[in-house]
Amino acid sequence: MDAKEPNPEFTRKVIEAGGKTVNLCFQCGTCTGSCPSGRQTAFRVRKLVRRAQLGFEEDVLPSEDLWLCTTCFTCYERCPRGVEIVDIIMALRNMAVRKGYMAEPHRKVAELISKTGHLVSLRDEDKALRSKLGLQATPPTVFSDPKALEEVKKIAAACGFDKLVQTGGK
Amino acid sequence: MAKYGFFLGCIMPLRYPGIESSSREVLGSLGIELVDMQGASCCPAPGVMRSFDQTYWMSVAARNLAIAEKMGVDIVTICNGCFDTLFEVAHKLNHDPELRKKINKILKDATGMEYNGTVNVRHFVELLYKDVGVEAIRAKAKGGKNLRAAVHYGCHFLKPSNIKKIDDAERPHVFDDIVEAAGMTSVPYKDKGTCCGAGGGVRARTPDVALKMTKENLTNMKSAGVDVIVDCCPFCHLQYDAGQVALKGEFAIPVLHLSQLLGLAFGLPKEKLGLEVHQTKVNL
Repeated sequence: MDAKEPNPEFTRKVIEAGGKTVNLCFQCGTCTGSCPSGRQTAFRVRKLVRRAQLGFEEDVLPSEDLWLCTTCFTCYERCPRGVEIVDIIMALRNMAVRKGYMAEPHRKVAELISKTGHLVSLRDEDKALRSKLGLQATPPTVFSDPKALEEVKKIAAACGFDKLVQTGGK
Repeated sequence: MAKYGFFLGCIMPLRYPGIESSSREVLGSLGIELVDMQGASCCPAPGVMRSFDQTYWMSVAARNLAIAEKMGVDIVTICNGCFDTLFEVAHKLNHDPELRKKINKILKDATGMEYNGTVNVRHFVELLYKDVGVEAIRAKAKGGKNLRAAVHYGCHFLKPSNIKKIDDAERPHVFDDIVEAAGMTSVPYKDKGTCCGAGGGVRARTPDVALKMTKENLTNMKSAGVDVIVDCCPFCHLQYDAGQVALKGEFAIPVLHLSQLLGLAFGLPKEKLGLEVHQTKVNL
């Protein structure tokens, strides 16, 4: 079997997208040993960082593992090399969704915020309970202010976030 | 009276409004005046939104920061997720002039506002510990029952600690000290400090994986013989509260947000705490 060639171009993209410490990793595995998600699954942070270092784009971006990180920051705190692992994972995820690797439940959450400015809906029962507790039935947020919601929608348009969510990145 | 912009976020006002009413009452009674941030939005959540597009994540967060700046107040939040987004984005914008220019361009075109870096973002546990103090809480907590509490810090209250600088991320004490000042015993349990499992978009995408992490924490809490789980984040709160129902009767540990626990200890009427919407029954 031929060894895969490293792809420094992809590594450079990861660095530019926010993973600037990726090359500091010396593969000790403190991250994997600290990972609460890896304790329940086959997700191994160390391997993910190694693949990002080597620029193995096709191993990293479609990977389900990329989405098993809860961003708990335990690895980030403990890394003896100061690798900002959560920042690397965020950079990789941003790249993955732009290639269309976007799970439907995530797309739906993102669609809700891009349409309503919140990621949870306001139901009649929520209004009733809020009133009962002595709170304003509709929270004093974008829910009460159409002009404010327009502003949030304009930000989504300026960033291409609304299109990203509509098309699923494809 | 110290005055703060009260950042509501999403899960608290919409799924656990009892946390909101408790927070308003409890913080008010401790001399903290909360003013509403009219027209604020989702922080946006550091899980899905930061994962999708960090420019969008920072721009919407900058809009929320700019609202507080315009009001001339600092922000207080009772949610680790909102705290993480608002704190981290404020930090990034304060330390990277090029980034601030880029985000302010987007913000100004969309809203007419800019963010000038003057807002401090406070988590209410840290605010209670540093500005109010445990003695003031002890003095008010006459109705506190001596329950055995599993304190759950969650992840984004203290971490990343290199920028938040609130407490030792591995062996913190500020939250435990407040719970003890309210008359409870903070019980040590195995792997305390571990993530609830919900964050980073894991709850939405792979709920079974999130629940496995939750179950391990619940098992450790149960082994320690606790009466109640106390959290400082509505998302961890949701995960423990709904998670126990999903685990079908293996656990029945009531879950309280710290503001609800302080509400009980301060003698607020139970109707103000909104406990009836908790999925895991609260009999305390």
